[in-house]
Amino acid sequence: MRDFSYLRATSADAARQAAALPGAMLLAGGTTLIDLAKCGVAEPDTLVDITHLEGLDRIEIDERGAIIGALARMGHVADHADIKSRFPAISEALWQAASAQIRNMATIGGNLMQRTRCPYFRDPSNFAACNKREPGSGCSAIGGVTRGHAVLGTSEACIALYPGDLAAALVAFDAVVHLGDRRIPVDDFFLLPGTTPDKEHAIEPGEMITAIEIPASAAARRSTYLKVRDRQSYEFAAASAAVGLELESDGRTIRDLRVALGGVATKPWRARAVEEALKGKVLEPETVRAASLLAVEGAVDHGANHYKIELAPRVVARAILKLGEAA
Amino acid sequence: MTVHNIRVGETKRGDAADGALVEAVGGRLSRVDGPAKITGAARYAVEQQLEGLAYAVLVESTIASGKVRAIDSKAAEAAPGVLEVLTPDTIISLRTAADWFGTPPPDKPYCPLARDITFSGQHVAAVVAETFEQAVAAAAMVKVSYGETPAIVDLSDGKAGDGIPIDAMTKEWGDAAAAFASAPVRICAAYNTPREYQAPMEPHGLIAHWEGDHLTVWEPSQWLDGMARTYAEWFGVPFENVRLVSPYVGGGFGSKALALGHGAIAASAAKMLGRPVRLVMTRAQTFTGYGGRAATRQTVTIGADHDGKIQSIVHRGVNETSIEGMWVEPLGSVTSIMYATPNFSSKQNVVRVNSVVPGAMRAPGENPSAFGIESAIDELAYEVGIDPLEIRLRNYAEQDPHAKKAWSTRQLREAFAAGAERFGWARRTPEPRSMRDGNHLIGWGVAAGTYPVRRAYGEAIVRILADGSVEVESSSIDMGQGTYTILAQTAAETVGVSGDDVVVKLGDSRFPRAGVSGGSRLAGVMTGAVYKAATSALDQLIGLAISDPRSPFHALQANTLVVAKGRITAPRGDGPDVSIAELLKSVGRVHIEATGDTMPANSSAEDRYKNYTTIAMALPHTEGDYSRHSWCAHFVEVRVDEDFGTVRVSRVVSALDSGRLYNPKLAESQWKGGIIMGIGQALLEEGIVDRRHGRIVNNNLADYLVPTNADIPDIETISVGIPDPHSSVLGGKGVGELAIVGIAPAIANAVFHATGKRIRDLPITLEKLI
Ligand SMILES: Cc1cc2nc3c(=O)[nH]c(=O)nc-3n(C[C@H](O)[C@H](O)[C@H](O)COP(=O)(O)OP(=O)(O)OC[C@H]3O[C@@H](n4cnc5c(N)ncnc54)[C@H](O)[C@@H]3O)c2cc1C
Ligand code: SF4
Repeated sequence: MRDFSYLRATSADAARQAAALPGAMLLAGGTTLIDLAKCGVAEPDTLVDITHLEGLDRIEIDERGAIIGALARMGHVADHADIKSRFPAISEALWQAASAQIRNMATIGGNLMQRTRCPYFRDPSNFAACNKREPGSGCSAIGGVTRGHAVLGTSEACIALYPGDLAAALVAFDAVVHLGDRRIPVDDFFLLPGTTPDKEHAIEPGEMITAIEIPASAAARRSTYLKVRDRQSYEFAAASAAVGLELESDGRTIRDLRVALGGVATKPWRARAVEEALKGKVLEPETVRAASLLAVEGAVDHGANHYKIELAPRVVARAILKLGEAA
Repeated sequence: MTVHNIRVGETKRGDAADGALVEAVGGRLSRVDGPAKITGAARYAVEQQLEGLAYAVLVESTIASGKVRAIDSKAAEAAPGVLEVLTPDTIISLRTAADWFGTPPPDKPYCPLARDITFSGQHVAAVVAETFEQAVAAAAMVKVSYGETPAIVDLSDGKAGDGIPIDAMTKEWGDAAAAFASAPVRICAAYNTPREYQAPMEPHGLIAHWEGDHLTVWEPSQWLDGMARTYAEWFGVPFENVRLVSPYVGGGFGSKALALGHGAIAASAAKMLGRPVRLVMTRAQTFTGYGGRAATRQTVTIGADHDGKIQSIVHRGVNETSIEGMWVEPLGSVTSIMYATPNFSSKQNVVRVNSVVPGAMRAPGENPSAFGIESAIDELAYEVGIDPLEIRLRNYAEQDPHAKKAWSTRQLREAFAAGAERFGWARRTPEPRSMRDGNHLIGWGVAAGTYPVRRAYGEAIVRILADGSVEVESSSIDMGQGTYTILAQTAAETVGVSGDDVVVKLGDSRFPRAGVSGGSRLAGVMTGAVYKAATSALDQLIGLAISDPRSPFHALQANTLVVAKGRITAPRGDGPDVSIAELLKSVGRVHIEATGDTMPANSSAEDRYKNYTTIAMALPHTEGDYSRHSWCAHFVEVRVDEDFGTVRVSRVVSALDSGRLYNPKLAESQWKGGIIMGIGQALLEEGIVDRRHGRIVNNNLADYLVPTNADIPDIETISVGIPDPHSSVLGGKGVGELAIVGIAPAIANAVFHATGKRIRDLPITLEKLI
């Protein structure tokens, strides 16, 4: 039997120290980690339970922005009145994610760290080749079932999708990850697969996410998260868009625009080209649709996931237009 | 053994149809087993606590085709807690059991662990350990080496070929080819359905326990006696030595009717170890441990005149089966009876592919068959420019076009009328893409469904006990469809006691026997058996009251007496008024017991055994003068997001003819369940195969999508049935499978109306529409 030890951390520092040891992993809500342990993907020697650490589940909001503790539950953040009013895209991304039961268990820190749903990654006994799991072993997905794989940010080593919703919203609003005292923009926190798909985050052993900071902005206040999928609930995105919009005082010219994509890329994907193309333009359906095509510039499909390239710009355009209408 | 009575406050809230008692037949009694399930008090088969229980975990093949070269189990054997590693070399030898028709099996040993691999996920070994965790860990240490050969992945594999013609499926009359060639209007299209899975909430599993040469198996089962026979034949013990216990079943949808390989493995392990053994499949294993619905392909050609009157239907069907097993999904079943046509031809092949042998899943045959013909007639409607509802009425079959017999009852015209009225079909604009709400294209579709009335046999004991209460026993089961409830209602009404005083015991093969709970037959069969047993118990009771010298009614010299609400009175009320308990006491009886069954009179013991343990003796639905079927008409509204291709069902109105309803509330719930499953089939469900490995990759409930609440609109069902005396003792026809039949084509037809795109490959996922 694969024994492992379970350690209940008494402080953030103790957690960090314990988690720095080889084979140790932080345990938050467990909805990703326990699942992967059952699949035989995660094989921790030590689980360092951080769920009881005090103060890490706080949600603090003032005019500068929001600081969300790493242990805040997805459900709590989604329901938080100030998050809903000042960062609607954050709330919407969360409540459209997973299921009510999972949102009640899962934490914000764990949510950022969730792993890909690539079926080959999740089934080591049947598919030995997976560069993300076993660097250098190859990629079983390429040439296989790719309907749920990424079209942006892929490499020859790995085409796995980053499936999370929240991170797309965070990257749109320039959120910053707090690793104790170290701060790192969310966009830099997530790494492209390149030749090292096993390395997904700019986090080192002994580091722990303590909070997420989201700067306030007019665009964040007027924002939305649009998630498209075959099943109405409890499914990862076929394509999604986190969009924030600020208009000039004329009510039609775009002053600030934030666009990020979920469900299509190997990491939460900021679509700056769309933003730049539309800033200063009058918000018109045709202009928006044309600019939204830039969201998938450079996209590469692997057959069955081609539809994502068609779909993503339409999701972006709909989200922008919806915000425009809600003036 | 599980016991249920109606003595649960909440269960009386239902309103009685036609003013009858809620707890009488036809009343809307809530499920008597509901509270136990909701509160968690219900103990399912594998939750039995047994002294010395050991745990078995399966090891499955990771290739789809080839041979097991060697199994290295040394590490597993040495792992902590491991009691036994079962491989083809170490497992005890079993005998091949007869199939469900009871066909005598070949005289050769049966090994549930494979050396020759014919699909990915096949059982190749099993590890038994003291704890479940130890068994899981050790199972991962079993190293299997293979010699791999190329697999035939699925029906579209170049190596698959045309398959084997199944002559028994051929149905022909007239000259279909000639009539098609000369028809002024012709349509021809191919329709495909993928592999689909029953995905019951409760996974498959069992606890097997030997005491000497007696085997007890706690296992979720749709057919205790059939499965007990299989275990008995595998292990060469008498049928009586095997006891199957299945108190509750967390959904079966056809997948729990047969004893399967994992059962043989667990029972072998229990025998080898002399300890009870539990084996429960993981969710992933439920995708390959037994078969879901076979993938199918059909071509439907219809020749018609300009008025849409059908002249000819030519239908060709193919379903996949496994390399070794044979599964025929009867694809011409609805095609051949739904519409009147003077010329008809249907043929079917099966194609062997490297998959587990497919199995029964809610309305096997009728379900994909309806997708073909009910899509095709819709295409014909547009071709000739006739309303899709109108074209169905124009081609209404006044009798069974295939059997050429009168329908026992067919309220399909009434179903079309009632459904159309309630749905507001008349307001539909015929042009595709003509109804819209913002980004949503709106489509309205109609399709019909049908399911044959399968009749088989069951027996039950009804006892009237000393305290005046009534006890019912039968080895039939309740997998959520409401057997406990309707049998209580039947006994309460027939004997004349209040529902509170009936106790129903099911799910133990030591009870009087019952055939399979499949093919929507159980309710009709078992209400009949309980009705007969209860009638004869009542007759005995009245007989005692009239003729026993100690009875207070003895002096009355009455011909009969009335029993109601547990009290016995004279018909004109001019005599004593005593409770059943008082009467039994006065005549010195502890109880009255009667057995009833639905068997032909004078059946031999051998016939009885065959009836309950095989399906060989089931009566064809066209036996005698009539053709017996349930019928339904579905009206569906979809909203399709024009940019995203996402389809949401926003309204369903279905009118259904299941004959007399024993309990409308439960029947509606079965219908709605079928409709929901049909929505999943239409829009979401598909086993996706990795073509290089021949393996299903979405073998979990996060990736194999079944509908959630958010996908399901309010569903309205309307009962248009009338009692059908040719179908069952009490006049009911099948309920459980009917409603899934026709939903997928109704949705596909609505999608066409919304978008102008005809999707002939299920499921209708967004990339097919953007
Ligand atoms: C069936 C299913 C459907 C889902 N659907 C969606 C969906 O639609 N959208 C979506 O966005 N998500 C979805 N999820 C993912 C879900 O949101 C994540 O599982 C969850 O957010 C993880 O949080 P957790 O607290 O349970 O993390 P855990 O499982 O406890 O941890 C996950 C990982 O993060 C690490 N970790 C945890 N906390 C920290 C920390 N503070 N610092 C550093 N590392 C840490 C752990 O070591 C582990 O590696 C789904 C999950 C499931 C199982
Ligand atoms: S796509 Fe990435 S995660 Fe999936 S098999 Fe390839 S390397 Fe592994």
